[in-house]
Amino acid sequence: MLQNDTPITPELVASHGLKPDEYQRILDLIGREPTLTELGIFSAMWNEHCSYKSSKKWLRTLPTTGPRVICGPGENAGVVDIDDGQAIIFKMESHNHPSFIEPYQGAATGVGGILRDVFTMGARPIAAMNALRFGSADHPKTRHLVSGVVSGVGGYGNSFGVPTVGGEVNFHARYNGNILVNAFAAGLADADKIFYSKAEGVGLPVVYLGSKTGRDGVGGATMASAEFDDSIEEKRPTVQVGDPFSEKLLLEACLELMKTGAIIAIQDMGAAGLTCSAVEMGAKGDLGIELDLDKVPCREAGMSAYEMMLSESQERMLMVLRPEQEKEAEAIFVKWGLDFAIVGYTTDDLRFRVLHKGEEVANLPIKDLGDQAPEYDRPFVRRPAPAVIPASDIPEPNDYAEALLKIVSSPDMASRRWVWEQYDHLIQGNTAQRPGGDAAVVRVEGQPNKALAFSLDVSPRYCEADPFEGGKQAIAECWRNITAVGALPLAATDNLNFGNPEKPEIMGQFVGAIEGIGAACRALDFPIVSGNVSLYNETNGVGILPTPAIGGVGLLSEIDRMATVAFKADGDVVLLIGRDGTHLGQSIYLREILGREEGAPPPVDLAEERRVGDFVRSLIQGHFVSACHDISDGGLMVALAEMAMAGDLGATIKLPESAATPHGFLFGEDQARYVVTVSPALVDAITASAAEAGIDLRILGTVGGTTLDVADFATISVAKLRQGHENWFPAFMAGSA
Amino acid sequence: MKSAVVVFPGSNRERDMIAAIEKISGHRPVTVWHGDHDLPKVDLIVIPGGFSYGDYLRSGAIAAREPIMAAIAREAERGVAVLGVCNGFQILCEAGLLPGVLMRNAGLKFICKEVHLRVETTASQFTNGYTKGQVIRSPVAHGDGNYRADDETLKRLNDEDRIAFRYVDNPNGSIDDIAGILSEKRNVLGMMPHPENLIEPLNGGLDGRPLFEAALKAVA
Repeated sequence: MLQNDTPITPELVASHGLKPDEYQRILDLIGREPTLTELGIFSAMWNEHCSYKSSKKWLRTLPTTGPRVICGPGENAGVVDIDDGQAIIFKMESHNHPSFIEPYQGAATGVGGILRDVFTMGARPIAAMNALRFGSADHPKTRHLVSGVVSGVGGYGNSFGVPTVGGEVNFHARYNGNILVNAFAAGLADADKIFYSKAEGVGLPVVYLGSKTGRDGVGGATMASAEFDDSIEEKRPTVQVGDPFSEKLLLEACLELMKTGAIIAIQDMGAAGLTCSAVEMGAKGDLGIELDLDKVPCREAGMSAYEMMLSESQERMLMVLRPEQEKEAEAIFVKWGLDFAIVGYTTDDLRFRVLHKGEEVANLPIKDLGDQAPEYDRPFVRRPAPAVIPASDIPEPNDYAEALLKIVSSPDMASRRWVWEQYDHLIQGNTAQRPGGDAAVVRVEGQPNKALAFSLDVSPRYCEADPFEGGKQAIAECWRNITAVGALPLAATDNLNFGNPEKPEIMGQFVGAIEGIGAACRALDFPIVSGNVSLYNETNGVGILPTPAIGGVGLLSEIDRMATVAFKADGDVVLLIGRDGTHLGQSIYLREILGREEGAPPPVDLAEERRVGDFVRSLIQGHFVSACHDISDGGLMVALAEMAMAGDLGATIKLPESAATPHGFLFGEDQARYVVTVSPALVDAITASAAEAGIDLRILGTVGGTTLDVADFATISVAKLRQGHENWFPAFMAGSA
Repeated sequence: MKSAVVVFPGSNRERDMIAAIEKISGHRPVTVWHGDHDLPKVDLIVIPGGFSYGDYLRSGAIAAREPIMAAIAREAERGVAVLGVCNGFQILCEAGLLPGVLMRNAGLKFICKEVHLRVETTASQFTNGYTKGQVIRSPVAHGDGNYRADDETLKRLNDEDRIAFRYVDNPNGSIDDIAGILSEKRNVLGMMPHPENLIEPLNGGLDGRPLFEAALKAVA
């Protein structure tokens, strides 16, 4: 174990992830050589994960406000008004690197961290989702990683008691050495009882709550800010270990304590643990903090100041308390069997002072730790967007039915039942729409008719081909999925996963995606209220597909109007709302049937997206539709197949004469489109109102029977589709796919 | 009629259970803390689902040794109705109020899905709202639901008509497809499935309702 007065060598600086010029900045700021503990603190505060030094400049360009936004980015999570004096608090965060090194614990603590972000602000978690991206299905490590990550997500969320209601699972070779685990959580709170991290008042107790501090996760945030190479196995000790049981106790204790009014400020200990939480609370409140590490509850004896300051042990909180309510607060934590210790005080000198065994091991300017973190305007290059490939230049399938079956049974399109049946998606008794639909829907407890819709979306292949259009599409698709259940999209959180930002082409992807996200958010009134950036997702110099995952929340004020994807009744008329499909570039058809990942992605006309979406939502809210599904991966044909499989009912479909190409019409991934079903009596009225609103609408056919029948092109039984769709995942995990 | 829901550290379906009972009966159950030594005078005691003590030793093993369990055993002996669901079933087995044990699911994975149950007996205050042989839907959500008992116990359970529910399509490897069992006096029911999560249209069905209606009526 290194002593606090260990000489600071260039090697030691480098091993802390600090560049020589960054170290020089430290020397300039404090006017002396840092102690080892101080070096650790700087490393923790200034790494990419905590400081956003490469991304800050661009994140500032995103729209983050709106009439319903109570709190945007900068706090533990975003807070959005959902009427009736209630707020939804949500965020998404990555746990990519830890999950690749140790899939079960990496994923589990990712879930734990995001839940803590939400309940730190006073919310009871009511929904969780996760966006998972793995390497190619035939890569030898993939099955092991899927198995570990899925059981880790379930292991934590199931025990904690939050329903995991949705998410994404995708496979691509570009994630072979760097999987993505993005965890989303949302919680419910009273809009006037939100808790923030800004400390107020001098000489007030800083209280440590929750589990004890151990040596797990030391330096985790710094590890998460580095690229991988073949030595990653050595980094296993930097992965934290999760304890959902303690987290559940911490939740109940915190919510109980919050009711007493004793809390002035509260911050969970996530990345960079005690360091980050203490500095943030002090710096936000323009206060200094003095910590006495001898008071910190430790799991093991003999921990150094350095280890304590950098430990990422889970299920811990820091707060500033009203001194007169100290005893009341302590009694609540004792009742729940959790540690409670006063570990320091707020001061008026803007210093971050750390004492250990009577010695001052760190004394740093607290504001500069955050505010003076390096910020980079990294050079970037925009790659020209690939040319559009007309559908007429792309071959038709030999057999449309076979092509459809192959697509719905492919790794990216097959049913995720194997995954979500390992997540408790029913706990709390409010799940109105289970995984497998366009968006999950969860009733707001105590409000008989109000619900919230949740969706996670991004199409990395689109972002790779054209970051700007891909960024737009991620927002548009999330907004569309929320719309497709009948909800009004309110706001979103973003989890921006990219490669090494020091490479101009990667930085170009990042900039393009942010610009696309910003444009779409503005056009759709869908602000970003929280988020997380994960860079350096590279192994041996190969970056992941750019993956800006978007998590959106919508409000369904009348839950009995909710739409689902399943075909409901024989004789219902199938309508296509939105333009005809034509665009096959970067489509699932092109990739799965022709083995080509080429062309420009489908462009998103944001005005059209909004117009069509608002129209569809008004139909759903007016109780006119019996089923609704957005058209995305795989195009119209896959949307119809999914509706048929969900409802166990077929349909008879006929292409319009005017369809430019049949495969473009059936498999094109043009945006801003939905399939709805309506009773025959309503068709004329809906057609008229679409015409009036300037919305394209086509009558495609009729629901009924046991086959999906596309006249002149494909006839396939729903049972056969379902067999392929449902079988792939279990067979893959059993090693037989 | 009065009911109580017992909360252990790590219980996590207590809110579902409280809400279900309140929605069905109009009365909010009393919440009892694990460290209490006595129960209020109630007619129905429910041990809800969850991961008491994280299930870290063995599901239900630590909770079964808590002070409140002695009180529950006394009340059960007096004939008060006791319902243990999921972790509650595991705790009742560990406490010896029901025979047998619950092991890891045969597939070694947590399972959350809707299953079909066959009502095997209507001779209890929990099941007399169903008909014998009726197939009902119910969600399951557990990792340790694989019921095991020795041959003699199994024979007794069968001979004494104490198997309350069987799985139609066994999801977890339970012996003899057992999903829920009754005590000798038939006033203690332990079951892995969650009837409290299928009680209103929002849940997609009402099949859990008759169980609570019957139990609450019996004690009204």
